Amino acid sequence: MSNGQPKFSLNDLAGNPHDFPTDKASLICFVKEDCETCNTAAPVLEALHKTYGSKVNVLLISQSGDANNAFAQRHHLSMPVLDDQSCKTAFEWGIESVPSVFWIDEKGAITSQFEGFIRVDWETLAADMKTQTALPLAQIDWASLPKWRPGCGSKHLDPEVYDKLRAEADGSPIRARRIDIASSDDVMEFMFDQGFSDGLPLVPPTPERVMRMLGGTHRDPQDVVATVPPNMGVATVEKIAINAVMAGCKPEYLPVVIAAVEAVCTDEFNIHGVTATTMGAAPVMVINGPIREKIGMNMKLGALGAGNRANATIGRALRLVVRNVGGASAGGVERSTLGNPMKFTMCFAEWEERSPWPALHVERGFKPEDSVVTVFAMTGGPVHIVDQKSREPDQIAGSLGYGLEGVFLPQMRSLPVDALLVVCPEHIDTMMREGDYSKDRLRRRIQEVTKQPLSEAHVDNTLGTGTATQSNGDTPTVSKFASTDYIHIVVAGSEAGKFSSAFHGWVTGAAGSVSVSKKIDLG
Amino acid sequence: MTTILDPTDERKPVERQITERTGNLTGVIGLLDISKPRGNILLDELERLISKKAPDLTVQRYTKPTFAKPCPDTLRHEIRDNCDLVIEALAD
Repeated sequence: MSNGQPKFSLNDLAGNPHDFPTDKASLICFVKEDCETCNTAAPVLEALHKTYGSKVNVLLISQSGDANNAFAQRHHLSMPVLDDQSCKTAFEWGIESVPSVFWIDEKGAITSQFEGFIRVDWETLAADMKTQTALPLAQIDWASLPKWRPGCGSKHLDPEVYDKLRAEADGSPIRARRIDIASSDDVMEFMFDQGFSDGLPLVPPTPERVMRMLGGTHRDPQDVVATVPPNMGVATVEKIAINAVMAGCKPEYLPVVIAAVEAVCTDEFNIHGVTATTMGAAPVMVINGPIREKIGMNMKLGALGAGNRANATIGRALRLVVRNVGGASAGGVERSTLGNPMKFTMCFAEWEERSPWPALHVERGFKPEDSVVTVFAMTGGPVHIVDQKSREPDQIAGSLGYGLEGVFLPQMRSLPVDALLVVCPEHIDTMMREGDYSKDRLRRRIQEVTKQPLSEAHVDNTLGTGTATQSNGDTPTVSKFASTDYIHIVVAGSEAGKFSSAFHGWVTGAAGSVSVSKKIDLG
Repeated sequence: MTTILDPTDERKPVERQITERTGNLTGVIGLLDISKPRGNILLDELERLISKKAPDLTVQRYTKPTFAKPCPDTLRHEIRDNCDLVIEALAD
């Protein structure tokens, strides 16, 4: 209860404005047409207005829009019924339910305030108004009225309405430029025309949706998460939330998107180069830790494909931040010769529980209970590695190695380039049938089976790229990768099917991109 | 009417004016190799043509550490301080 309720200026049903405060005492009651208790209170309010209306303002503030008229007619109301369809006044006055009564003296101080229909409250009000006005007691058949009836929730507390009011209120955390789109314009088409889209339809980032999205993180909306190349745009939590709304994210995905933005905007990951390269690279996101289950990510059947909202929209939100905040658009800084579909989205979770190995994030120094996003710059994939027949651990491990021969070009050897191998459960089972088969052993096996004489990769009439001929005539044997460090391994996929998959890297290292892991801040 | 929030950084890029053309080729020209394969071949040929057709130009060669990242500030400033013109070679 406070002295000095917020001002308002609202129109009655005839369109005439009524202001508060005035220099008279006021009885103000918030109502809505479909509330049983408001309908119980309406005849009492009318009686109070008839008796005391000459000395005090009696105002009803109704939230029901077109139905306000029906409410007034039903109860033959003679006092002004003010339209608060937007619920802005209800929001500013901080009520919780209707009817909500304020009995305010001529100086603006609240004399009494109550909600719902507790008969004694209303009887006390009537007596108080009699005293204040020195007029006769209002004629009300109190015995015919219920002793107690709870009110209904005020309409402004509906999530849709409340978030919009919060976004528009003074002190709203929203700082982004508001763009008003005329009712004659199609919002979807407008967003395409502005270049906000990756080519697919976007969810309009209305202030209320962005407010809800911001509820997914404990971080301040104006916290700067990163500066995003190429334009070095400032990615605040709010800007990331706007793009997450457009991508179709739920609020609980937002911390993952924030961590991903932070990860790709490091100098190590080099999102500028990843975006700009004509080779067509894209960030591939792997999610580890408890957040996977919490937000319902897919790590099993079809993990690398379509159909899961978290996988699809988190990856897309990251791309939209790079596009909209960073300013990277195709034909601008984005210069891929062919592009690839991972530029829409590529995000999945590791099935840690099905893996015999330490999870990716644990390998990279995090605790198992940490939730972590890891980003890799990848130019190709997922490329399937099919082996339905091998029954020996070394055979399967060997097949996974052969499956990686195609990175860049089979003749390119000793590549200092990352590969991300996604091993399916059935291949895991075959590999483990004789006991533990460590990740390192698998990496060594990949290097072993891909070892070839360098002469196989010499430049000649059929091969213009490859490894230059050794001048001394030696033909050493070399593996596919310059070191086992370039081979990253995770587990995902359904229980059925002997199909693993691989992502092929870009320029790995300080001259290009190094994979980065960031802990997800869950508050 | 629908209101949406701007998803961009809200900064319009600065419109850059093209340096006034004098009609003469004089001063120092920087040839910047971005470290793509065979960029040096292209620049060698350009340098040969420049020395033949614009003998008043002094050529200075520069190389970016990697084509995959933006030019380091120190190198950018060095080119700005030393050169009147610059040609950047993108090659493969």
